[in-house]
Amino acid sequence: MVILTAATGFLAAIGRAAIALCAATGALVIFAAQAVAHAFAPPLYPGELARQLIRIGYFSLPVVGLTALFTGGALALQIYAGGSRFNAEAVVPSIVAIGVVRELGPVLCGLMVAGRVGASIAAELGSMRVTEQIDALVTLSTNPMKFLVAPRVVAGTLALPLLTAVSDIIGVMGGYLVGTGRLGISPGNYIQNTINYLTTGDIVSSLVKGAVFGFIIAVVGCHQGYNSRRGAQGVAQATRNAVVAASILILAANYLLTEVFFST
Amino acid sequence: MTTARISLRGVTKAFGAKRVLRGVDLDIQPGESCVIIGGSGTGKSVMLKCIIGLVRHDGGQILIDGQPMDARRREAFLRHFGMLFQGGALFDSLTVWENVAFRFLRGAERLPRARARALAVEKLARVGLDAATADLYPAELSGGMQKRVGLARAIATDPQVIFFDEPTTGLDPIMADVINRLIREIVVEMGATAMTITHDMTSVRRIADRVAMLHDGVIQWTGPVDEIDRTDNPYVHQFVNGLPEGPIATLR
Repeated sequence: MVILTAATGFLAAIGRAAIALCAATGALVIFAAQAVAHAFAPPLYPGELARQLIRIGYFSLPVVGLTALFTGGALALQIYAGGSRFNAEAVVPSIVAIGVVRELGPVLCGLMVAGRVGASIAAELGSMRVTEQIDALVTLSTNPMKFLVAPRVVAGTLALPLLTAVSDIIGVMGGYLVGTGRLGISPGNYIQNTINYLTTGDIVSSLVKGAVFGFIIAVVGCHQGYNSRRGAQGVAQATRNAVVAASILILAANYLLTEVFFST
Repeated sequence: MTTARISLRGVTKAFGAKRVLRGVDLDIQPGESCVIIGGSGTGKSVMLKCIIGLVRHDGGQILIDGQPMDARRREAFLRHFGMLFQGGALFDSLTVWENVAFRFLRGAERLPRARARALAVEKLARVGLDAATADLYPAELSGGMQKRVGLARAIATDPQVIFFDEPTTGLDPIMADVINRLIREIVVEMGATAMTITHDMTSVRRIADRVAMLHDGVIQWTGPVDEIDRTDNPYVHQFVNGLPEGPIATLR
């Protein structure tokens, strides 16, 4: 009898967790749909959009650039070390280019921006929620979804492809610097190999991934912050959830998008 | 008989098992300053938020000028509405004047920036703040100054209806009196309908034309402000005199 009760309790706990997960997913999807709808229906706030583009895009350049630079350099060393076991050192430029553009550039850019911007959006909107600033917007005849959420979601979706392009270029440059300076590959050969092996499809997939990741970061950050409760603790929780959820969703979306591009 | 500016008819609201409003009935006449009193956690703020649509009520009706409040009427109502929040709720990324002129910087009431700033400075002067305050950020102001800025923002467009949520909470008695006087002056001067929620009896006596006592989710008593000391309603008597004994449980 005791074992039966424990088993029922265990199954009930799993059921509760599954229902909570479904409810949270549903709430996030509805929130994302509302954000998109508000982004296209007037009144629009171009000033807010410009401000968010600068905050999300321009101010993320240093962290994205440095991450890409060191990752590109490390990747060149790893491929050289691995390739030398099969006398395949010459593949360093092409594999660095493909690896960075198709995979590491967008993913690392997404994860770094999720940490920097996703957390910042959640904390900002969360503190606005608990200090009644979001309620104040309503009393000033301003829809918070239009004024706060839509510009951030649009800015995230537009800024991330540009950041991804920068990340790709700097990542390849990191590989180039290590390849030519440390591994003795001639600069001309390196550039030629990079260009020869990169296709338009690689670049398109990279930019599409960037746009999807930007949308995820902004929607998750806004959703967590907008629905934040319980004072400072609630804001801290919203910030943490925004980074964790966005990071997991980025990695999951990356796999799905790679499957899509892999099969085409 | 004139139609009430705001009417609540059997308004109910529950959060889970907790029934906060159990059937609130209240009429606020045009140009009247009505103060809602009641202990902490009795649903005063929830009632206020139900009226402006920040919280969706479960049952009953909210009427504006005798018409049921729907999305379109709420939008129209909010265009001529101002509210002073308990903590000020100033936008900390904007300067003081941008807070006050928020409606004038975007949307349908948009004005040139210089004109919007001039109007903001004018409203700041009305609440006793000089032009030097205009370019500061809210975090650089004291609590009393933040309340004044909140008040200037609430009256920026000369609204027909103004709500005050605990306007003197957290202020010293002198600053609280300054805010109370300002509220009264502004409401009389503008002829606005005002609704204030507070448990500060000094504010009640200074601001109110009429008082309503909310307890156990219903309006227990309503009457002119000068009757609050004479009424034999046990709830009002206990609350006004701050007595531990009476129908209001002291342990909540």
